[in-house]
Amino acid sequence: MIPTRETMVVIITFSLLALVPVIASITDVPFYLDLGRRMMILAIGALSLNLIMGYGGMISFGHAVFVGIGAYVVGICAEHEVVSGFIQWPLALLACGIFAVIFGAISLRTRGVYFIMITLALAQMMYFLGVSLDRYGGDDGLPLAEPSYFSGLIDLSEKTSLYYLVFVLLLLCLWICKRLINSRFGMVIQGARSNEARMQAIGFPVFRYQLTAFVIAGVMAGLAGILLANHTEFVNPDMMHWTRSGDLIIMVLLGGMGSLAGPIVGALVFILLEEALSGVTEYWQLIFGPFLILVVLFARGGLLGFLEKRQSPKKTSEGGDD
Amino acid sequence: MTEALLKVENLRKRFGGVLATDNLSLAVQPGQIHAVIGPNGAGKTTMIAQLAGALDSDSGRILFDGEDITGLAPPARSRRGIARTFQITSIFHEFTALENVALAVQAHDGHSFRFWRAARDEARLVEPARAALETVGLVDRADITVRNLSHGEHRQLEIAMALATKPKLLLLDEPMAGMGAEESQKMVSILNGLKGDHTILLIEHDMDAVFALADQITVLVYGNAIASGAPDEIRANEEVRTAYLGEEGTAN
Repeated sequence: MIPTRETMVVIITFSLLALVPVIASITDVPFYLDLGRRMMILAIGALSLNLIMGYGGMISFGHAVFVGIGAYVVGICAEHEVVSGFIQWPLALLACGIFAVIFGAISLRTRGVYFIMITLALAQMMYFLGVSLDRYGGDDGLPLAEPSYFSGLIDLSEKTSLYYLVFVLLLLCLWICKRLINSRFGMVIQGARSNEARMQAIGFPVFRYQLTAFVIAGVMAGLAGILLANHTEFVNPDMMHWTRSGDLIIMVLLGGMGSLAGPIVGALVFILLEEALSGVTEYWQLIFGPFLILVVLFARGGLLGFLEKRQSPKKTSEGGDD
Repeated sequence: MTEALLKVENLRKRFGGVLATDNLSLAVQPGQIHAVIGPNGAGKTTMIAQLAGALDSDSGRILFDGEDITGLAPPARSRRGIARTFQITSIFHEFTALENVALAVQAHDGHSFRFWRAARDEARLVEPARAALETVGLVDRADITVRNLSHGEHRQLEIAMALATKPKLLLLDEPMAGMGAEESQKMVSILNGLKGDHTILLIEHDMDAVFALADQITVLVYGNAIASGAPDEIRANEEVRTAYLGEEGTAN
């Protein structure tokens, strides 16, 4: 079987990511390690958003809230000297799940632009809640005294270990997404994106499936938050700010909405461009903005959609021209 | 006469100043093709939407298989055995024909909280889907993304998707809409093939098709059934001729 270009992109991307710690140690630039980790953590966030946005048609403008909740649970636990990852992590994922049930149940009553606005409003509410949490640093945020502790299983204060943990978790999330979207459940959420009236008519009560997808995506974004807290050793309300949610949307669009590996590529390119361009000028968005517009106009399936289309011009790419 | 499969009693639906469905009563016998005809704006599609649950009724009752289903949502009605097709084709454009129909099969094969196994590898979804495509003569086109199919093929797919839910009652909203003569002929033979095994409520403007297929005909004018009977009775009915058939005859 000849691998598709998407498969090749995945193989190449992960091979490069696997080599980053080696390159960092050879060149003696530890910053590469830091950069690679941040890319992969945000890639997990973008992957999770793509599940609901790309496949489910639910454009959430508040997805970063779950990254923030995941991070805050870790931070607050550490503040109260609960440092065991075996407690912190399940607790953080559970919290994200609970909030996702509530936020999803409210916002899925609406569609289209109202859905966008409600997810935005709910996330901003949590952002201001974070700002007002004086006990946990308020506006200034909360430094993490020590990373999640896994009883000698893995030492997250060792930066390379943390790197490879993130690497493995990103692969795991990609695999979960792949299984999910091809499963019966995945067909239902894609059907609901495509034609909700028809889904109702053939007998699907779509709300419960969409809500479940929203919760899965929220929990996965929570994982990104847990990792982000350990990565930056710091938690602050900015993680939940609407511009962070916007960044996730841009990553998904950039890489290719509704393609499996698109968000990973999108996150990588986003962070790389941000680094490279902000080195050139303080107003790096002035260059990034037009670039994004070009991608959206001329590669509507994102960077990956662009590749797939060149591979087989006759076949219409999935989700590419919706 | 046997017990009616579908019984509509004094159904009403108002949109602002317009009574789209006005005190409509109607009974569909099992195994029959019951056609509903009427001029444009007679409220035929509104009636289908009310029967399928997509529109709430202001008053009246809908009895299906002896049960009052008036307050049920569309998915619940689908599970009880009512399937509809749409006048304006309503399908999943990004999916292949087979995936479209398999999704309809899946809707009636338990819950869909199954997260791991690829749906396209499940014989219990794919095989019934293929069978439904076979019935409508679309099995050769199974693996084509449906946005690349023709209008006539879309209409056939509509029927296949409805059939895949194993319905007791098919609500067909103008299955021949926008079709050429040859395609219409094909659709008539498909519907003829369903006759006897399926109970069908058929809305159609093509009078040749209606009189060729129907066991019963109800004439709808301004949301009200002005006549109901066998095709010959309807053809002979003075009121129907002036209200509708005559008009249609001169208009064509």
